[in-house]
Amino acid sequence: MSTRLTQGGARIDRTKPVSFRFNGQQLKGYEGDTLASALLANDRMMVGRSFKYHRPRGVVASGTEEPNALLGIGQGGRFEPNQRATMQEVFEGLESTSQNHWPSLEFDVGEINASLSRFLPAGFYYKTFLWPRSFWKHVYEPFIRQSAGLGKAPKDRDADTYEHFYHYCDVLVIGGGLAGLAAARAAASGGARVTVMEQEAHWCGRAADDGAEAQVADLVAELEGMENVTLRTRCMGAGVYDHGYVLGYERLTDHLSEKSGPRHRLWRVRAGQVITATGAIERPLSFAGNDLPGVMLASALRDYVVQFGVSVGDRTVVVTNNDDAYLTALALVGAGLTVPVIVDARQGGGGALAAEAEAKGIRVLKGHGIAKVKGRKRVTGVAICKQVGEGAVTEEIACDAVAMSGGWSPVVHLWSHCGGKLTWDDAQAMFRPDGTRPPTGEDGKGFVICAGAADGAFDRAEVAASGTKAGLAAAEAVGQAGSVSDLTAPEARGDNPIEPVWLMPASAKRKLRAKAWLDYQNDVKVTDVQLAAQEGFESVEHAKRYTTLGMATDQGKLSNINGLAILSGALDTPIPQVGTTRFRPPFTPISMGAIAGEARAETFQPLRRTPLHQWHVDNGADFEPVGQWRRPFCYIRPGEDRHSAVTREINQTRNSLGLLDASTLGKLIVKGPDAGRFMDMLYTNMMSTLQPGRCRYGLMCSENGFLMDDGVVARWDEETFLCHTTTGGADHIHAHMEEWLQTEWWDWKVWTVNATEQYAQIGVVGPKARTVLEKLGATNIANEDFPFMTFQDHKLAGIDARVYRISFSGELSYEIAVPAGQGLALWTALMEAGAEFGATPYGTEALHVLRAEKGFIMIGDETDGTVIPQDLGLNWAISKKKEDFIGKRAQSREDMAREDRWKLVGLETLDKSVLPDGAYVLADGTNANGQRTVQGRVTSSYYSPTLERGIAMGLVLRGPDRMGETIQLNKVDGSSVAARIVDPVFYDKENTKNV
Amino acid sequence: MSEPVSALGGAKTEALVTVEEMAPRGMIVLRGKLDDTAITGALEKVSGLAMPGQRGITVDGARRLAWMSPDEAMLILPRGDVSGAQADLTAALAGAHALVADLSDARASFRLSGEDAALREVLARLSPVDMHQTAFGPGMVRRTRLAQVAGAFWMPEVGVAELVTFRSVAQYAFDLLSVAARSPRVFA
Repeated sequence: MSTRLTQGGARIDRTKPVSFRFNGQQLKGYEGDTLASALLANDRMMVGRSFKYHRPRGVVASGTEEPNALLGIGQGGRFEPNQRATMQEVFEGLESTSQNHWPSLEFDVGEINASLSRFLPAGFYYKTFLWPRSFWKHVYEPFIRQSAGLGKAPKDRDADTYEHFYHYCDVLVIGGGLAGLAAARAAASGGARVTVMEQEAHWCGRAADDGAEAQVADLVAELEGMENVTLRTRCMGAGVYDHGYVLGYERLTDHLSEKSGPRHRLWRVRAGQVITATGAIERPLSFAGNDLPGVMLASALRDYVVQFGVSVGDRTVVVTNNDDAYLTALALVGAGLTVPVIVDARQGGGGALAAEAEAKGIRVLKGHGIAKVKGRKRVTGVAICKQVGEGAVTEEIACDAVAMSGGWSPVVHLWSHCGGKLTWDDAQAMFRPDGTRPPTGEDGKGFVICAGAADGAFDRAEVAASGTKAGLAAAEAVGQAGSVSDLTAPEARGDNPIEPVWLMPASAKRKLRAKAWLDYQNDVKVTDVQLAAQEGFESVEHAKRYTTLGMATDQGKLSNINGLAILSGALDTPIPQVGTTRFRPPFTPISMGAIAGEARAETFQPLRRTPLHQWHVDNGADFEPVGQWRRPFCYIRPGEDRHSAVTREINQTRNSLGLLDASTLGKLIVKGPDAGRFMDMLYTNMMSTLQPGRCRYGLMCSENGFLMDDGVVARWDEETFLCHTTTGGADHIHAHMEEWLQTEWWDWKVWTVNATEQYAQIGVVGPKARTVLEKLGATNIANEDFPFMTFQDHKLAGIDARVYRISFSGELSYEIAVPAGQGLALWTALMEAGAEFGATPYGTEALHVLRAEKGFIMIGDETDGTVIPQDLGLNWAISKKKEDFIGKRAQSREDMAREDRWKLVGLETLDKSVLPDGAYVLADGTNANGQRTVQGRVTSSYYSPTLERGIAMGLVLRGPDRMGETIQLNKVDGSSVAARIVDPVFYDKENTKNV
Repeated sequence: MSEPVSALGGAKTEALVTVEEMAPRGMIVLRGKLDDTAITGALEKVSGLAMPGQRGITVDGARRLAWMSPDEAMLILPRGDVSGAQADLTAALAGAHALVADLSDARASFRLSGEDAALREVLARLSPVDMHQTAFGPGMVRRTRLAQVAGAFWMPEVGVAELVTFRSVAQYAFDLLSVAARSPRVFA
């Protein structure tokens, strides 16, 4: 059984016990424990079930690489699934639950999959569930969904907050072990701004194995004393991107009982140089039963004894192909535990550490391996065999834990994220960064440097020297060269070289291979990868996807190298030729909350509010989003619904007086000696001939000829135009103008300013509009004095206003622009002066109906990016005199000029009903896909209170040539409705009202 | 003319850093080539301030003259001085190619005050700007973004930042700044 030892545990504080819960059971740990070490201290060896076969699984690692111990942490609004117990610090009151089991962790029905594993090989899903087709949805998928999957998604709203933080430094060091700290010291020596990120709560990393704690403590103290150095713990370097952009993931409250402030902080760093001192990950060995609870990485088992004072078992068999595992044996024996045997696959055995182990009386079996691990839910013993051969058992040894080491793989992820290349190191049997092919910045030079074990340096002296060298190189690269003394280091350990062991025993029989796990989290075995190779999935990327090797949440931190080595063996191709799959950020999963940062609740998205917004809120506005703006859809009075409110607003506007908040319309100022020429290019109409003081409706097309915006242009003076754009068009039309000015017509003398938000703009619409303006002080504004499509400056209610006489409703109408800060004052004055006429604010829906009754098009309704002005009967607004305008050439293309395009018409249902928006005009027959042929579609459809019937506009094949024809349009319920093609101007065709 | 109102009526949050919406000020924008002394000369003459260099701002009392881009400058001044300054500027620029516009109402202004280091952290939560004191300080302006909206800020003095956003997103900007100002210190 696993238990807490009476002594030892460098990281725990035995004076500070904490209680926490696992699957509802109260357990004890100490401050400094990880959840994994605390569970082991309580003999909770089994912590979950595997993904596919539901096999019992226990903790296998002690760090980020952990594939098995994924737990649900927290409750309610703080519940999060799939958290690695090895990275979760315990705290008083922590709640944890195991995952992927039913009905319980101890007894799981899905375990039957394991006995069927012969029939669930790689690619099983692809092969088996194809037929019969209907079974997928109703039988297979529900079954797979029930049996597969890891944690459950949280159900409650996240109770925590998160934030981003932008940070800049000359040198960013990722990893706070000996190499990283040595690198930081060197990098900072010339004054460069240096930041160090360490994912764990403590410094040192694996250098503790080499007794470097004191040296690390000195380094940390030295760095803490330096103004130009920033140190962050619990902060993981998550991803390295172009231009020295790095994401750091800082966990601020995950280890605290009392949580306040943001839970996670996403560091968005720009660094001149990045040093990845991310260490190395120990590899498992592939032998039968290597996934049983109690089989652990040798380094992890050592950590639990040394760092946490936890014994995983009384009798631990150590199995290795390198010298590091001897450290585990020595640590166990030092703690008074038994190591019945060290099984070393190498014929020659180990070096100095091995001699020390043998001197301590530990039995060492050279040239041997483990044939299989015995036990069901935990280890009870191992069967030993020769490493060469098929696995004939030479003896069985009782034990309750196995410590395995297959060598080390440098953590090259961050080096690789942005394109750093790897090279195969035959002597150390590992991929390591190729320092000559780093990720490169905009200058073509490398911006990432690896240090320490991440660069394949394992001896303590080499690690320190590698860090120092990397730090000095980075400092020089950012122009802040410095110098430091070398760090002291003990003599090299005198190791014997590693011998690669990818399968144990080397020629293991199928029965053994089928129980030798490569990927614990996705349940991929040696036989699965071999099957993939056999079935032709020779590319490592294909084999990965076929077997799902390395595709789990651990992204194959333990399995990738072993898996590709097996693939290499199966293909008889050397490992470097097989290559690795891509390493992609983030290094380990980061929370969704950290990605969102502050973007939640009131700061989820910017809401744009007009200067009159609060008035709308206070007066019953029912808002709708228009881009990021909120505009009143209508104003609902007590007893009204939307429909009746819209009807009232329209009727009141047509009959007396309506007021519209038009502040969201884009207002772009274009000025300069070449402004007229520029306007002629922007718009399809002739704008340069517009007289100062006058207005003209204009169309803007994209380079491809498609109509993209419209609006009224006013010529303020000889050199200055004001372009009104649609609400949604303001920003992108301004950008469109600037792009043409900056890239094509850079020598034209034109300046633009987006003045949209400078003005509150109020539409005063209806027969009483003129009277109200006169009441507020406007003079000489009779139809002749202030004609349609002109503008004048007036003082209204004491406010300087520019009044445009333009109309989007067919009514007598003025749009009044005043500085935004005066908008509410003017609106209030208009409401008061208009009270005697029943002045009625109207919203966007009334606006739409009013314009549709007059057959005015709306960008986004009648246009969708594929419509040209000619389709809309707007030829009158396309100048024939101009040599050119943006879109002109495109509009002469064959497809644009053809006669049989869908063109704008009005549609009147015979039964006066309202057509469904977007309904298609039906034609005879079906197309190649068996779909009903269509010959047009509805672009706008409303109930017109003025006409007391449904009205619509639509694009119909040769529509304008078919006036009076009755056509059929489809409805959502599958039936159709008859409508007559008519003129799109439904109301006041003679324009009698706008006078 | 009625008294102009700001977008949020002077909203205020007091936390590690105090965030308050400022009363309406005058803001005149000028588009013109800032390497043309006819343009910068007119700006200097009318504002009484020295034309700052790239990413710079000159601050004197209630007046500020900010470099906004190679062809844009912003003059901030008391509200009552706007029309006079605009007329003077237009006159001084006669013959030069420039666009002068009064955008006093187009923006919301905020004032952040507090301990210098805390203030820098508030801005670093929202803007991709190097807020280290060696990289940013009085005399500099950054035209950038705050989370999802455009914004610009500068430090008229140590421990104070002034910030402008578009008026329509004033509430969002204020909420962002308030959230950031309430967050515990990063470097403490």
